Amino acid sequence: MPTHLESDVQASEDAFRTEVHHFLAAHFPDELRGTGNMLAGLDGPTNETPVQKKWREAVGERGWGTPTWPKEYGGGGLTKGQARLIEHEFAKVGAYNPIGGMGVMMFGPTLLEYGDEKQKLEHIPPICRGEIRWCQGYSEPNAGSDLANLQTFAVDKGDHYLVNGQKTWTSGGQWADKCFAIVRTDRSDKHKGISFMLIDMDAPGVEVRPITMISGTSPFCETFFTDVKVPKENLVGREGQGWTIGKRLLQHERTNISGGGRLAGMMGQSLADVAKKYCETGGDGALVNKVLRDKIADFEIRWNSFLLTARRAVEESKAQGGVSEISSVLKKVGTKLAQERSELLIEIRGLQGLGWEGDEFGDDELEDVRGWLFGKAATIYGGSTEVQNNIIAKRVLGMLDHQ
Amino acid sequence: MAVLSEEQEMLRDMARDWATKESPVSEFRKVRAAGQPQAYNSSAYAAMTEMGWAGIIIPEAHGGSDFGFMSAGLVVEELGKTLTASPLVATTIAASAILLGGSDEQKAKWLPRLASGETVATLAVDEGAHCDPSAIETSVAGGKLTGKKAFVHEAHGANLFVVAAKDGLYLVEKGDGVSLTTRKLTDQRSHADVSFAGAAAEKLEGGSDSLLDDVLDRARVLSAAEMLGMAQAVFDTTLDYLKQRVQFNQVLATFQALQHRMADLFADLAQMRSAVEAGLQAVDSGFGIARAATIAKAEANRVLHAISNQGIQLHGGIGMTDEFNVGFYLKRARVLEASWGSSSYLKDRFAQLSGY
Repeated sequence: MPTHLESDVQASEDAFRTEVHHFLAAHFPDELRGTGNMLAGLDGPTNETPVQKKWREAVGERGWGTPTWPKEYGGGGLTKGQARLIEHEFAKVGAYNPIGGMGVMMFGPTLLEYGDEKQKLEHIPPICRGEIRWCQGYSEPNAGSDLANLQTFAVDKGDHYLVNGQKTWTSGGQWADKCFAIVRTDRSDKHKGISFMLIDMDAPGVEVRPITMISGTSPFCETFFTDVKVPKENLVGREGQGWTIGKRLLQHERTNISGGGRLAGMMGQSLADVAKKYCETGGDGALVNKVLRDKIADFEIRWNSFLLTARRAVEESKAQGGVSEISSVLKKVGTKLAQERSELLIEIRGLQGLGWEGDEFGDDELEDVRGWLFGKAATIYGGSTEVQNNIIAKRVLGMLDHQ
Repeated sequence: MAVLSEEQEMLRDMARDWATKESPVSEFRKVRAAGQPQAYNSSAYAAMTEMGWAGIIIPEAHGGSDFGFMSAGLVVEELGKTLTASPLVATTIAASAILLGGSDEQKAKWLPRLASGETVATLAVDEGAHCDPSAIETSVAGGKLTGKKAFVHEAHGANLFVVAAKDGLYLVEKGDGVSLTTRKLTDQRSHADVSFAGAAAEKLEGGSDSLLDDVLDRARVLSAAEMLGMAQAVFDTTLDYLKQRVQFNQVLATFQALQHRMADLFADLAQMRSAVEAGLQAVDSGFGIARAATIAKAEANRVLHAISNQGIQLHGGIGMTDEFNVGFYLKRARVLEASWGSSSYLKDRFAQLSGY
């Protein structure tokens, strides 16, 4: 027998579910069913069709693409429970959330925490409507994992900063409208001399050059700043607070990379199914090559426990209302397993799994080759495996800094 | 740590409290020094049964609390942390066999006795050094069971055996036709080869066609829970040691090579915990048990193996001494790894279950 309060909650949940159903019936076009959201990723230029655009606008209007963000800035103003319900109901009918990208995953949550009122009102609503694409101005050619070792410099010119320097690995830089960047405003202190500012990608003096990767193509760019004027109002937080703000944003990035969604998606086809296509099987359906069979089983067992760990992290953080202690493990383990899987796919397919181009190779074969090569970046970007190990050792395990 | 109910948290805290205060590793040292074949302290087991731990998976109607495997696993994990010697796991596994395959009369007769501690029971399956449920010679004719079971856990304290014969599982009481040959293993717990020479046996007629595998899966997840506690204890002890041990005028914990090794082990331990908890939960939910149990024990084997080896290496010479506890965990670890399925056995089983 539910208590009075529980039945109220149940009633309002049912009402909200009905609202979501009505929304989907009114706005989600049948032809987009099951197509997924290619636009929210960093994988290509924005070339949405009119139908996709209409769907994005409908979701953006409601703030349901960013359901838990405050309403006054264009978010949905909903509870986490309602957000999950939306996600669930969308998924049930094959609908996708058309609002995404770095603005949603990394920059928005950071600006909500550290931005001033004017900045939030200016930048958050376009993110919620999926109108603005953001890129990340963090890495520099000589910094790498030593992120704070950055040289891009902003000189105070009264009402604006004058920015000079070079960023690299700017994911999606060629398609971005704006860039959230950490830049040096003081050379005397490695960490306290860093500020967090927002730079228009179409401002005079900004030049973007895509970088060709070992996989053939990539969303990565080099970005050059030559006497770029950045208005003072685009400074987030205080001058010198950039390292603190920047690190907070990286937490959002790690959560996102390890979120499991992308990785779980890769498991669409089991390695064993692929192996049965390419390798000999016996009468009992088992792979004849027992060494390969063992390797696949070994991988799949560990992969399963990774997925269970990702699920546990979500359940724990829901229950505790904070970040699970093991979230720092997910990036390190998930990216390593993804790389192992790519290598196993090659072993399973042999030379047929190493095609670069040509009709002799299937789409999935070619795609997996590019994925194998591009995937090498996963243990480097977003804080390399070595950096994650440092974080786990120092922050989680309390092992002291090495001097 | 899985999200627990209030009851489960209380149960775990109680177990942790008891194990820390009443059953630290020094208690295992006493058991070892006593050199009794039974290899556990009867009054300690009496305390456990009084707290209801032997009846966690047993229905209330039969004197248990019906809290399920996840709850049993929480207790076993805490006992694993301090290497508490007891027949709790063996008895719980035997209880699960009776629950799955027993008649109403068999349940009514045995389950209350198991819950109260009056009867200690254990599972006797393998006839050689490896887990091999497909190679069983033990047979029953006219209610009399004949065969030899190897390396039976907790055999000395047991007065009831759940024995795998060619045509199913049987209950055999200690008595006429049952004789034990002690097998002293590296963990210095109770192990014995058990000979059954026409011993009176009563079949477990119920359950599915795969009753033996179903019971073994429960043995796998419970052993994995014990191994989880052991792995956690070795990890914690090793981390503490690195934080206080000074070499070359530096605390060991400040060496990056050691930090990264501990980060790797921490990640492995997180994987192991997820797999073990999921295995226990699968048994409770009744869904996907074979696969989940196989993953749980395979991960427990892999991770405890690594952590027990690194526990010795990172302690240096002191880790090699009998005076220090970490070696006890290594020795128990290998015994549990080899029980109910080695890593290679479990990988093979996983592949079979997955159809390749």
